[in-house]
Amino acid sequence: MNDIKIRITDREGVSHEIDAPTDMNMNLMEVVRSYELAPEGTIGICGGMAMCASCQCYIKSEHELPEMSDDEDAMLAEAFNVEDNSRLGCQIHMTPELDGLEVELAPEEV
Amino acid sequence: MIKTDILIIGAGPTGLFAVFEAGLLKLKCHLIDALPQAGGQCSEIYPKKPIYDIPGFPEILAGDLVANLMEQIKPFQPGFTLGERAETIEKLEDETFVVTTNNGTKHNAPIVAIAGGLGSFEPRKPKLDNLEKFEDNGLAYIIKDPEVYRNKKVLIAGGGDSALDWAIFLADVASEVTLVHRRNEFRGALDSVEKVQELKNLGKINLITPAEVVELKGDVNLKSVVVQNTATKENTRVEVDNFIPLFGLSPKLGPIGDWGLEIEKNAIKVDNTLDYQTNIPGIYAIGDVNTYPGKLKLILCGFHEATLMCQSAYQRIFPDKKYVMKYTTVGGVTGFDGSKKEAPKAVVKSID
Repeated sequence: MNDIKIRITDREGVSHEIDAPTDMNMNLMEVVRSYELAPEGTIGICGGMAMCASCQCYIKSEHELPEMSDDEDAMLAEAFNVEDNSRLGCQIHMTPELDGLEVELAPEEV
Repeated sequence: MIKTDILIIGAGPTGLFAVFEAGLLKLKCHLIDALPQAGGQCSEIYPKKPIYDIPGFPEILAGDLVANLMEQIKPFQPGFTLGERAETIEKLEDETFVVTTNNGTKHNAPIVAIAGGLGSFEPRKPKLDNLEKFEDNGLAYIIKDPEVYRNKKVLIAGGGDSALDWAIFLADVASEVTLVHRRNEFRGALDSVEKVQELKNLGKINLITPAEVVELKGDVNLKSVVVQNTATKENTRVEVDNFIPLFGLSPKLGPIGDWGLEIEKNAIKVDNTLDYQTNIPGIYAIGDVNTYPGKLKLILCGFHEATLMCQSAYQRIFPDKKYVMKYTTVGGVTGFDGSKKEAPKAVVKSID
């Protein structure tokens, strides 16, 4: 097993501590979907291409994250409810270094 | 009233391929799509991205896949109602359906196949007070007729291609063009970005960055907007006749959600043991818009679903006709336009 623990606060404010695999080539958006922490169709709409902001989340812990790509940066420039700690979940791959990561899902755009 | 055999809602890859399979059965199709072009997500979101899991194509750009599908279905002369959203459905006494779009275009068919993907693409709206009040009173999310903006003071918000392209276009039409973006950097084709720079230097585009519109002012019609510098939080009031936020599109299931279809997880439940029919006989759902145990939102699965749907639709339209599936290699493809494609005949000739 190569799982790490992650704390995710869903859009209703409920906090979940979950096990995320680091050996399945999964990103944070996919982890959220696999645990159904947000309804299908409201997260990961573009499939993980950093072309929508439906997986936007706020990073609550001090973990060092992979640097933002130009695509992610540009998408967040157009998204709503963006804060300084906003990232796109689909661009954050599950690695052992992220053990203990705490994130909160941004509200759904309506 | 547009009449057809299978009315397909959604002109993405699944909907387009359904035209081909229906055509082999001599069924005519008409497609409705909210976007102004065919191809769905492939054209709208990621035309330049490669896809690696289309059988027979080790790698193909999404845009090229759509172009190929359009070529493949051309002999079957599908009709298109583009730029309109399917709004209501009504069942007539003869068991056929009438689907009406937001523009009032009516379509009549015995079979409706919903291939709506993630839903219809709607403009993303900024969160501002009084937004709805000014819609059509100076505020628009889509530019339908640029002449509306002739000699007007126009403010565009956004940093993508459409914001850049319209700012460039309207610079020659409007009396004043202001472009507001949250960042100093723009994401767009290089020549668009350079053109905006040039027009800014010429004083034809007033560029305000990094900033966003935070307030709309006016009685009935929009009179001015308040633009806030996102770095200094300083507010500036800009007199405008028109405000056009161009923040891209996001898909919404929309009115189809109110058609009495069984919905689960933002998708339409279908019978995957047979023909992808919904709980309403005669209405099918294929591709990303449907759900069933084990569902995968893949283009290749949509193709399969479209194929089985057409077989079932045929039986429904012609309950008494006997039919067996024929391979295209054997039967060829006979278009409604009179074209015929078939395997070259072998010759019987002795070799001396």
